[in-house]
This record gives sequence, C-alpha cells and structure tokens, in this order.
Amino acid sequence: MTVHDGHHGAEVAARTERRWATVSVIIIVVLAVLAAFAGIHQVTMPQPRVETIDPTRLHLSGEFVESNLGSMLEPNGAVTVRAIGQQYSFTPACILVPAQTPITLRATSADVVHGILVQGTNVNTMLVPGYVSEQLMRFEKPGDHLMPCQEFCSFGHEGMWGKVKVIEKAEFASRAKNGGRLSCVGE
Amino acid sequence: MLVNRKLVLAHFWLAFAVFGFALFLGAWQMFVRSPLYTWISNPEWYYRSLTAHGTVMGYVFPTLVAMGFGYAISESALKQPLVGVRWAWTGFWLIVAGSVMAMVPVALGRASVLYTFYPPLIGSAFYYIGVVLVVVGSWIWVALMSINLRVWRREHPGEPVPLAMFANVAGSYLWAWTAVGAALELLLQIIPVALGWRTTIDAGLARVFFSWTLHAIVYFWLMPTYIAYYTIVPRAIGGRLYSDTMGRIAFILFLVVAMPIGIHHTFADPQVGAGFKFIHSAFTALVALPTLLTVFTICASVEIAARLRGGRGPFGWIAALPWDNPIMLAVAFSFVLLGFGGAGGLINMSYQLDTTIHNTQWITGHFHLIFGGAIVIMYFAIAYDLWPHLTGRALPTLSLVRAQLWLWFVGMIVTTFPWHWVGILGMPRRMAYYDYSDPAISPQAFSVTLSAIGAFVLLISGLLFLYILATAHRQPATDAGAYRFSVPVHPVRTVPLALNSYAIWVALMIGLTITNYAYPILTLAARSDTSVPAVYVGAQ
Repeated sequence: MTVHDGHHGAEVAARTERRWATVSVIIIVVLAVLAAFAGIHQVTMPQPRVETIDPTRLHLSGEFVESNLGSMLEPNGAVTVRAIGQQYSFTPACILVPAQTPITLRATSADVVHGILVQGTNVNTMLVPGYVSEQLMRFEKPGDHLMPCQEFCSFGHEGMWGKVKVIEKAEFASRAKNGGRLSCVGE
Repeated sequence: MLVNRKLVLAHFWLAFAVFGFALFLGAWQMFVRSPLYTWISNPEWYYRSLTAHGTVMGYVFPTLVAMGFGYAISESALKQPLVGVRWAWTGFWLIVAGSVMAMVPVALGRASVLYTFYPPLIGSAFYYIGVVLVVVGSWIWVALMSINLRVWRREHPGEPVPLAMFANVAGSYLWAWTAVGAALELLLQIIPVALGWRTTIDAGLARVFFSWTLHAIVYFWLMPTYIAYYTIVPRAIGGRLYSDTMGRIAFILFLVVAMPIGIHHTFADPQVGAGFKFIHSAFTALVALPTLLTVFTICASVEIAARLRGGRGPFGWIAALPWDNPIMLAVAFSFVLLGFGGAGGLINMSYQLDTTIHNTQWITGHFHLIFGGAIVIMYFAIAYDLWPHLTGRALPTLSLVRAQLWLWFVGMIVTTFPWHWVGILGMPRRMAYYDYSDPAISPQAFSVTLSAIGAFVLLISGLLFLYILATAHRQPATDAGAYRFSVPVHPVRTVPLALNSYAIWVALMIGLTITNYAYPILTLAARSDTSVPAVYVGAQ
C-alpha cells in the first residue's frame, strides 16, 4: 500500500474495501443460513406457541394443581413433566425422569420471573408468570443434575436450586405402573 | 483548549467518579460470592450492590461519557461555538438529580430489582423516576447535537459533515429511539404500579419492551469507542484514516440494524413465538457487519501509520507501530477484547447455542468483555486524548498511563475468561453465594477465584486511571492547541447525500423496529389475561 498516491490509489483502496465488504456479507449470510438450517433440520426451534395461564389460580384448578405436578408416563411411552417455580423453590424440588425417552417439560411461575437451567445439558427456559413454558428434552444417561433458578427472583434467589434425577427407563416404567405423578423429592 | 471545557469536564468527572464507585461495588461482589469469602450473612446486601453497580455502569456512566464527548466533538469538529450551553447544563443537572433520586432507595434496600427492573418485582417509585430523569437529561443532549448540526449546515450548505460529528449525531439518534422501549415499560407499566395506581402488570410484555432497549443500548455505549477508532486513533498514532466513507457506512448500519434485534434477549421466554425469535436472530447477525467493516478500516489505517514510520513486509509493519503511545496500546487491547467478545456474541445470537449458556455466567462474562473491555478501554483513551485540551496541562507520565491500560487489559481477561468457562459449566447468574462444597459446584471454585482476583486488578487499574486524571490538573500549563480529528488518506470533497444526512436512515430504523416489534408488542398488549400481581420489594 502506498500513501502518496493520486486517483489510482483511491481506486485500489476502494476495490480492496469492496472485497472485504463482500467477504463480510458472505460470513453473515452463511451464519444466518446455518442457524436456519439447524433450526429446521434438527428441529432446534424455541417454543413455537404462546400459552397463557393465571398464576393466582394455579393451585385451584387446571394442569398445574399440586396433585398434577411431577412426571407422568404418557400412553405412547413419552413423559410429561409439570413443574412450578415460586419464591424460592421449584415444585417438585427434584424432578424424576427416565433416560433415553422424549420428555416434555411444561412449567410456569406462581409469582415473579424465574428460570430453569439443567446443568450439564442445554435445557434452559424462562418461567414468566402468566405464561406457560414448554421445552422438549431427552437425557441419554442416568445421573443427577443440579437445576438452579437462572433468573434473579429477589432476595432468596441464591437458595433456589432444584434437582433432576435421571433413572433407567425400565425402573421409571415400574415406578410409573400405578399411575400418578412421580418425583424424587426426599430421595 | 476547548471553550466549553467546564461542561465537558463536569460530564467526564462525574462519569469517572461514579465509574470508580461502581467498580468498587463490582469488585466487592466478585469477592463475596467467591470461595475466598464465607457466605454473606445477608444476601440482600449483594442485590443492593448489584442494582447500584448495574444502574451506574449501564445508565449513568456511559451516558455521561457520550454526552461530554459529544459536546467536545460538536465544538471542535464543527469549529463553531456550542449552541444551547444552558440547556446542556440543565441536562447535566437532571442526570445528577436522577442519579441521586435512584440511588437513595437502592442504598436503603427499597429497590433491589437490578437495573433490568424485572417486573412483577416492584421497588420504590423513586428508583424508576430517577432513571427516567437520567434518560430525559440525555435526551436534551440528543436535541442539542441535532440543533448544533443544523446550525452548522445552514452556514455550510452541501459540505460533508465531519465524520466525528456525523457519527456523534447518529449515536444520539440511536440512543433517543433505543431508550423509548424502556421508557414505555417504565411509564406505562412499572411506575403506575410502583405508585400504587395499579397492582397488576404484564411481565412478559415488560420483557419485550425492555429487550427493545437492552440490546441497542450496547451500541449506544459503543458509539464513543467507534468514534475514537475512526477519528482519534489514526491521528494520535501519526497515520491517516483509510476510508471516511466506510466510517459513515458503519455508523449508518449501526443506526439501522442495532435496534430491531433485541428479542434475541428473550430466546428462552414463553411470551414470544418462534417466528419473531428467528427474525431477530437473523438481524442480529447483520449487526456484525459494521464491526467487520470497522476492523478492516482501522487495521488498514494503523498499517498506514506503520508504513509512514518505515514499517515493511506483510506483517513486519506491526513492529514499526508506536507501541509506547497509549492510544496505540488502547486500540490494540480494545480490538483483542472485541474479537473475543464478538465471537461470544455470535454464539449468543444463535438460539441453538444460546440454550446452553442463556442466563449463565457466560452472559455476564460476555458483556463485561464487550463493555468493560473493548468499550471502556477506549473511554480511557478518549479521556487521555482530550485531557490536555480540557485542562491546558499535559498528562503527568505516559508510563503510568501505559501501566494503567495494561492492568485493565490483563484484569479484564483474568476476570472474564474464567467467567465464560463457569457459564459453560452451567453456573447461574446473579446469586449472592454458591455452595462450593457441593461436589457438582466445587469444580467451578477455582475459576470463580480467578475471576475475583481479576476484579481486583481492574479495581487497581480504575483507581490508577482516576489518579492520573486528577494529578494532570496540577501539571504545569501547556498549550495543547486546537483539538483535531483524523484526516482521511483521500480527502473528502463531496459525499453522497445519503451518507451526509439521516432522514432515510432514521425512517428505516423506526420502520424496522415497527416491523420487528409491533406484532409481538401489540398481541401481548391486546390480551387482558396476562397481567399478574405485582410483588413489592423491600416493603416492610
């Protein structure tokens, strides 16, 4: 590059710049296409629908009444987990799930904004009062995961830790035989 | 010497004083939540401190820097007296009043809601009204920048607006529009509840409003830094600006695409559907473009300086750079930190990758790297560069300045790299303590300790910065001459109208915001079933 130049230098400078700008645009387009492809091909899209719920009536009726919280084996072999976050705990505080099973987590908040994060996985969703969060998940191996609240929810936030316990599929099936909602609270 | 040096100095000194205060709080927070300290007996103190740290660092400090720098640019780039000096002081005092009004309830524990507000948590109304006053004060600055440019245009019809002022006004317009999101959230939703006029609030809608502000505010923080890249760095290191046009394009791109991307902050939220999340994700990729262009232009400008100093070879010129010049050091550090922070940002903008690190310490590490690292290190450079023109005195010793910049750079890396790492391990944000004796958490203890040590390096660097600026006032008087900006390699004689005015770009900014935000906002606002009871904080 020369600094003392006339018209020619200006042209060279502009051409170099254009080349770089083209490279930059290509980088960005590739990134956006990658994200779109992964989203569609691997079905890694965020929750598609907006669902609402009245947080003041969770305990009275509907799918988040206390007796319906926990893990439930669906007739098709999948599992649905329902949970609530409130200042400063999750209900159930220990979520029991089988390994190698498609699981749907449905959760909401009874008071302020909380979040669910399952450590060692990419299960991560916000709980906003008034709305239902739904997330699909699948655990390959049995084991324990910590499940902290990942959003500030006032002065007790640091104490809001739940747990996810992944057990063998067969063991889960035998525990689910009698119906009802499973959890690992107290285990 | 600048004519309005008192005005600029008032903004800078207040900015840096509150910065020092918030830095101290930050270091304390890093310490008490690390394994170096036993559990804090009252976690509420931690959240008080966190609210103050975020409010000062997010709203007060960068706004004052942008304003003070903006007034200096207006006077020196346009070479005309500043119009509306009295209004400028009004804006300054509004920010002082707003900051005090916001900080008193925070200090009393009546507004520990964090600077991101998080309704339905509701704190003292004074906190929110104080924040509104800070924003109103800054809007006076926006108006003054626009008016000063108009006065200049009348005297210089058809001439290209100097790049520094062009960028400065673009930044002010960006801020004016960006702040509207949080302003709507505060005025329509939060303040009526905080005053007790209403007792319910739509938390989901509030999060969407806040995302409107939360992302583009980072680009407002970034503006002074980018202005320094383009208009201070080449001049300060004895080079030329590679391209004036590319600078204009970069600032216009920021103005247009910084705004309609904020919903990427709500990827994991249940109140926005997948469609708009994808649109905002794609737009977020676009915002990397002005940065990629800037990196090229600034590296090329720096290369020009090196070759003028006799540098040779494809990479040999790097050794010929004036590395003892603090501005050279600052821009190099800033670029390194911007590179790492930008790479992290690309991860955050993809919602597939984001689910792994959403709301973990990774995010805290990310924005500290971008804001505290890439951006603030150039705020230091701006202050060092302007100081002789504000005080009429040279800086005391450059070796101290270099030491300060090195400390900040090293401190920022030691703080934020382990921070990212524990985020990947799943460590959640904003907790007053962690149980490091838990076998699942104990592997994070070492990284958190490193981060805390880095925070103290940053604190030392910040105090050194304040010390250098303060002692500079007592140096023997010198004449620093007129304050000048970089000269482009190829002189700018004419500029296309589109690169010399804002109307079309502001229209595009507003238009894109409406297309990307109107539907999510209106569908939520139209629903009557999403308001939830407010949870008052600190009510005894």
